[in-house]
Amino acid sequence: MQGAATASFAIGFCRGDSTPQLYGRPIQPDSDHAEPTLKAWVNATLLPVDQPQVRDGVLVTSGGKIIAVGTKADVKIPAGAAVVDAKGKWIMPGLVCTHSHIGGFGAADSSSPIQPGVRILDSLNVRDAGFRRALAGGLTTLNVMPGSGHLISGQTVYCKLRYHGSSPSVVDEILIRDKDGKSLGGLKMANGTNSQGDAPFPGTRGKSAYLVREQYIKAREYHAKVVAAGGDESKLPPRDLNLECLVEAMQGKRIVHHHTHRHDDIITVIRLSQEFGFQTVLHHVSDGWKVAKEIAAANLPCSIIVLDSPGGKLEAKDLLFKNGKVLDEAGVRVAFHTDDWITDSRLFMRSAALAVRAGMNRAKAIDGLTLAGAEMLGLGDRIGSLTVGKDADFAILSGDPLSVYTRVLETWVEGKKAFDLSIPEDQLYAEGGVNAGSDLDPFLCCYAPAWQGGAK
Amino acid sequence: MRFQLKTSSFSLLFVLTCFLPSTWGSATEPVVVYAKKIVTVTGKTILDGMILCVDGKIQAVGQAGEFKVPANAKVIRGEVVLPGLVDVRTCVGLSGILNFEHDSDQLESSSPLQPELRAIDAYNPREELVAYIRNYGVTTVHTGHAPGELISGQTMIVKTVGDTVESALMVDGRAIAVTLAEASTKSGKASPGTRGKQMAMLRSLLIEAREYSAKVAKKAAVKEPAPSEPDKEGKEKSKADEPMARNLKLEVLSEVLSGKKALLITADRAQDIASAIRLAEEFKIPLWLDSASDAHLMIPQLKAAGVTVLLHPSMARASGEKENLSFQTASKLREAGIPFAIQGGFEPYVPKVRVVLFEAAVAAAHGLSFEAAVESITLSPAKILGIQDRVGSIAVGKDADLAIYDGDPFEYTTHCTGVVIDGVVVSSESQ
Repeated sequence: MQGAATASFAIGFCRGDSTPQLYGRPIQPDSDHAEPTLKAWVNATLLPVDQPQVRDGVLVTSGGKIIAVGTKADVKIPAGAAVVDAKGKWIMPGLVCTHSHIGGFGAADSSSPIQPGVRILDSLNVRDAGFRRALAGGLTTLNVMPGSGHLISGQTVYCKLRYHGSSPSVVDEILIRDKDGKSLGGLKMANGTNSQGDAPFPGTRGKSAYLVREQYIKAREYHAKVVAAGGDESKLPPRDLNLECLVEAMQGKRIVHHHTHRHDDIITVIRLSQEFGFQTVLHHVSDGWKVAKEIAAANLPCSIIVLDSPGGKLEAKDLLFKNGKVLDEAGVRVAFHTDDWITDSRLFMRSAALAVRAGMNRAKAIDGLTLAGAEMLGLGDRIGSLTVGKDADFAILSGDPLSVYTRVLETWVEGKKAFDLSIPEDQLYAEGGVNAGSDLDPFLCCYAPAWQGGAK
Repeated sequence: MRFQLKTSSFSLLFVLTCFLPSTWGSATEPVVVYAKKIVTVTGKTILDGMILCVDGKIQAVGQAGEFKVPANAKVIRGEVVLPGLVDVRTCVGLSGILNFEHDSDQLESSSPLQPELRAIDAYNPREELVAYIRNYGVTTVHTGHAPGELISGQTMIVKTVGDTVESALMVDGRAIAVTLAEASTKSGKASPGTRGKQMAMLRSLLIEAREYSAKVAKKAAVKEPAPSEPDKEGKEKSKADEPMARNLKLEVLSEVLSGKKALLITADRAQDIASAIRLAEEFKIPLWLDSASDAHLMIPQLKAAGVTVLLHPSMARASGEKENLSFQTASKLREAGIPFAIQGGFEPYVPKVRVVLFEAAVAAAHGLSFEAAVESITLSPAKILGIQDRVGSIAVGKDADLAIYDGDPFEYTTHCTGVVIDGVVVSSESQ
């Protein structure tokens, strides 16, 4: 282990994270999950996302990857491919949710407002029915995040829903890894009222920003010491998991997913991200439409939530359907997220549709369910569109994804079927019923049930 | 259901309108709505139709061009018209957008049994969320105290307009809100601590109310001297002649026992639904079962007991006591012939208010027919609430409450383009 730690130190981030083995076995590379056989879907309406809609389209997958996509005329179906007639059906990339809380809340506890060293990975329940419901909504990739009750609540994890037949046995089977086997994820931060509280939590916005700056400055100093040690272990500072993670963020190796609602809080995030150089995705961004120009100028993408009505707390009182339209038209990249349990993953497409209702460009809205989200997770080269070479993650729909009447018929992950509405067990997750929900009430940050006083 | 307006009565009305003072005239300016499709609910769906609203009421419904339009009528055009939507169970107006203490009056937790709390004393007609749901076509709401205490208070029916509760009010004190759930169990002094205790407390109070109403009835039967009549003999009044001290709690529950007010019981788990049925049968009162996540597991029992279901929002969260909820429950209730309506419900966090239009849309995508889905947020709730003479369908003589859309109202990308309440256009922004 010491060797591994030194090796990762040499590349300058999160020493010791790349465990070569797991449960006594070598870590399975992501490609091991893939379906090796050749399959082709024909006569479908394709929504490739990175190119215009294709009628009478053909999609060919092999080895868990997309190997061809286009019109009947363009694509020659390879010999030996199992051909599926998808006439009347629509095929779109697997949906990417940039902000989900499926699998059990975890990561930071109430001891401190800043806990970047804590991982959501260590609290995920891979058997949670929520993952199966997400597949029923056509989702294939999730960024599972800790809550927003902290300034920095911990490390997020990017999951691929590899639920082929039976549930995976351990959470490691649904992780997305880089080529070195390191699981990928971001860092969750928050500002505004959710992350305020009694000491040691901040009581004001000024204090919130100060506490965050203080930590990033410490991390900078920590990193300077590490660099100064020049590889000499005797000169290294004692390891600090919290500061290591913040160093990763400042080096652009871990994207900051920042909860923020009110216009001034959004501007604060921009200010801090510029001071410390962390790559940031703005999340929720309820007041985004009020500061769309500023967000565009800062070149920060927005992962937005769409709720059926505004409010629930002061800072979300102007959360409106038009947010996506205004941000997009200002030149901001827009993705949607479920924030599941806040909204239901099964109805994720509805978020994009309601944005279109308020005037958002249709193609941009569909991009916001797929490729935009993939890019916000730093996974745009692997997922998010029906593109040759990308993972064969897609959803087969009964019709237009923006129609209420459209159903997700099948969801495929890395070339394997992970959801099929015609199978009773999968239908249960799609429709609801006994065992499709959760017997526990979800922990939703920062509000108490009405009988306990309501929102904080 | 279509009404052939007689020319003579029409002209008379028109003439009257012309001679009335202008302020009155503007308030009741006739409104005519033309649409490609009018879903009347109680009658046939009319293609290329018109609706004439005069003096707050629907005066005529028929084919476009079938009736003469008053010269001063305001003309609205749309694709699809539905009757103004009715939310069968919400807390909007008591529960506000900010979710702070100062706009959250839906639940009083000082005591588990407070049927005496009136919704009219807690409703804010200027609450932003009331306007918010109105803009999607919701014109009538049954709103009031929230689930969360064993008896949390009363409900009422209002139109989603008005600057005061009085100007919005249709029916005061329509139901008493009871909750059978963990939510209303408390430990320590704020009893009940268990489900058994919940039922014992409810039964005790209802029995007390029965005895109270018997006493009141007995008292009323005894002839009392009129207050103005002098007591000629100068005798001391006997105790029996003294007026009985009023007990607001029991007074209200007496009205539940007599059927004047409904008993609305929030219950999600099958076991709580069974308890609710048991209670209603013991006291011979009709039951409005609220939320009812497990209703799809209790179809025979609900049917046998003649229960009416105020069904949870389709998009409620499938967790805790609602863990078993299903998008298909509405269609299963419909199939079984159990009276039900889809509610916006109470949401303690977000979305702070739910729009019944959206909730019915999801049911329509999961087995409920278009017509049945429309009915579940118009005529069915109107019938349940007992206001079907005034709202719930587009028919002559009913309140002119209309919701106008630019396409299939349930489609996510369709807009509500106009809303009429009591013959007045209250929204014409595309939402």
